[in-house]
Amino acid sequence: MAAKLSNDDLTPVAGNGILHRRLFLKGGLVLATAQAASSLSAKEAADTQPQDLSDPPWLHETGGPFTGYGVPSKYEKFVFRNIGGNRVPAGDGVSWTPLEDLEGIITPSGLHFERHHDGVPDIDPALHRLVIHGLVRQPLEFTVESLLRYPMRSRFLFIECGGNSNAGWHEEPIQRPVGAFHGLVSCSEWTGVPLSILLDEAGVDPKASWVIAEGADAGLMNVSLPLAKLADDAMIGVYQNGERVRPENGYPIRLIVPGWEGITNVKWLRRLHITDQPAMTRNETAKYTELLPSGKARMFTFAMDAKSVITSPSPGQKLHGPNVYEIRGLAWSGRGRIAKVDVSADGGKTWAEAHLQDPVMPQCFTRFRCPWTWHGEPALIKSRATDETGYVQPERDVLVRERGREGYFHYNAIVCWAIDEDGEITHVYA
Amino acid sequence: MSTLRLFALTFGLAAQLGSALAADDGTKAPRLGTPMSASDVVKWDKTVFPDGRGLPSGHGTAKEGRLLYVQKCASCHGQHGEGATAEDLVGGPKPPSSDNPSKAIGPYWPFATTIFDFVSRSMPPAAPGSLSADETYAITAYLLAANRIIGESDEIDAKTLPKVNMPNRDGFIWIDVK
Repeated sequence: MAAKLSNDDLTPVAGNGILHRRLFLKGGLVLATAQAASSLSAKEAADTQPQDLSDPPWLHETGGPFTGYGVPSKYEKFVFRNIGGNRVPAGDGVSWTPLEDLEGIITPSGLHFERHHDGVPDIDPALHRLVIHGLVRQPLEFTVESLLRYPMRSRFLFIECGGNSNAGWHEEPIQRPVGAFHGLVSCSEWTGVPLSILLDEAGVDPKASWVIAEGADAGLMNVSLPLAKLADDAMIGVYQNGERVRPENGYPIRLIVPGWEGITNVKWLRRLHITDQPAMTRNETAKYTELLPSGKARMFTFAMDAKSVITSPSPGQKLHGPNVYEIRGLAWSGRGRIAKVDVSADGGKTWAEAHLQDPVMPQCFTRFRCPWTWHGEPALIKSRATDETGYVQPERDVLVRERGREGYFHYNAIVCWAIDEDGEITHVYA
Repeated sequence: MSTLRLFALTFGLAAQLGSALAADDGTKAPRLGTPMSASDVVKWDKTVFPDGRGLPSGHGTAKEGRLLYVQKCASCHGQHGEGATAEDLVGGPKPPSSDNPSKAIGPYWPFATTIFDFVSRSMPPAAPGSLSADETYAITAYLLAANRIIGESDEIDAKTLPKVNMPNRDGFIWIDVK
């Protein structure tokens, strides 16, 4: 199972089989992985093999044609966004990124989560304008073509819906694949024009302190944002993972506000109203606010606090027998870099530090990995993120004690998966 | 010093600061924005603020709004705003709590102008922007009256709407803005 490794290497550093992260630096560690519960056993797979695998048919015929724009293999058809939460009308809902099917830190653009309030507009870029007006020396209108000629920057950034993981507030733990629970978060390379350049061109009045950002979707979705943050690190996002932003992610241009909740990253951006007060729009008052047990509600909760989740093993997958497994997951913080991720296999009694895979970037997914010996006994696995500000992801009971259960948004508690003797995985509160 | 000169001076300072930042980045920005006139801006500016800025002329009452509500809103929000496929809008003036976590307008919304802004720009979802200012004022008045915040005959317009006292006006704590 682990050639070239000494017995010391396989000595747990935390309860119930958590191994030292340095094992990743050594060769020879062979890891088992959790598999989709429905996947074929090795024997079943052998039974369906048609012939000698050293000589498959595709070695003997010309392959398929060139394609103008490639798509995933037909054998990966099971990887798609789960569309959920749709109500009448159909334009209001979400689709989740299938975190359990992805690796590394970049979300393929076609699998980036969606949250639309009234559908995806079909915008002709030649007819789209960005207007900056209000407390400025000169109101300005920009064509998309002109924005392409400005200096650009790229940043690897996650975008997370403020309502991500909200099933965590439920009384009973929801049983779903990790992506359909925590997948209203995705991570891309965003390239665009630093907003400070455009604000400078318009000449912002020193009395200004807020910006009302408005999208060009049906319903003109609008939110109020502090000018200081927008002038600091926001950008007009034009490219996503190297290509133009996808329609469902804001084509032709969207606002990118690093580390802040999804709704502030206004898609299909058409207007920035520079002003001295928030507009108190419906979404920032009636919706993206969190009712506390005191009866007061948290408002303008923009930054997404540090969070992590184990993507493998996770519900819907199965461990096939005792072995050394790799616990894999994602961590992110809207307030900076991830400093460390601790992993536990005994429900949080003992913890060990996971390996953080390079690169570790601010306001970006960080991939963590931890080797773990599963002896075939019940286990409770958890991950706990700490960001560079020193903030530590809270246990669920701590978060619920502080916030109650009516907040709906900004759920970032530690997540626990229970593994039984058969290797079946469920979500538990523990 | 005249206000105008002070204005120009501060702007000059801000512009210098901006250029310095751009220079630090090693970039020289083109200036490709097209100047807009005040009348251009009016066509784009649809923001309504809590102090009433941005509200158009027009007016309406709850009585007028009731019929419009039934025609345009009730199929998703329920006959009396109790909620159906879309959220509840009517919950009375009872304050929010763990026992009453409703985010309906009466218990939860801090500003009455928000109703006008949202209905005007986003509702109904199949035809946003289709309601006239009078219709929007009337629907806003109906929703306020159904929540027992104003009377059935109270006239709602650009002057009266910002003055409506919402029960949960002080129910919010700003977290990431101080």
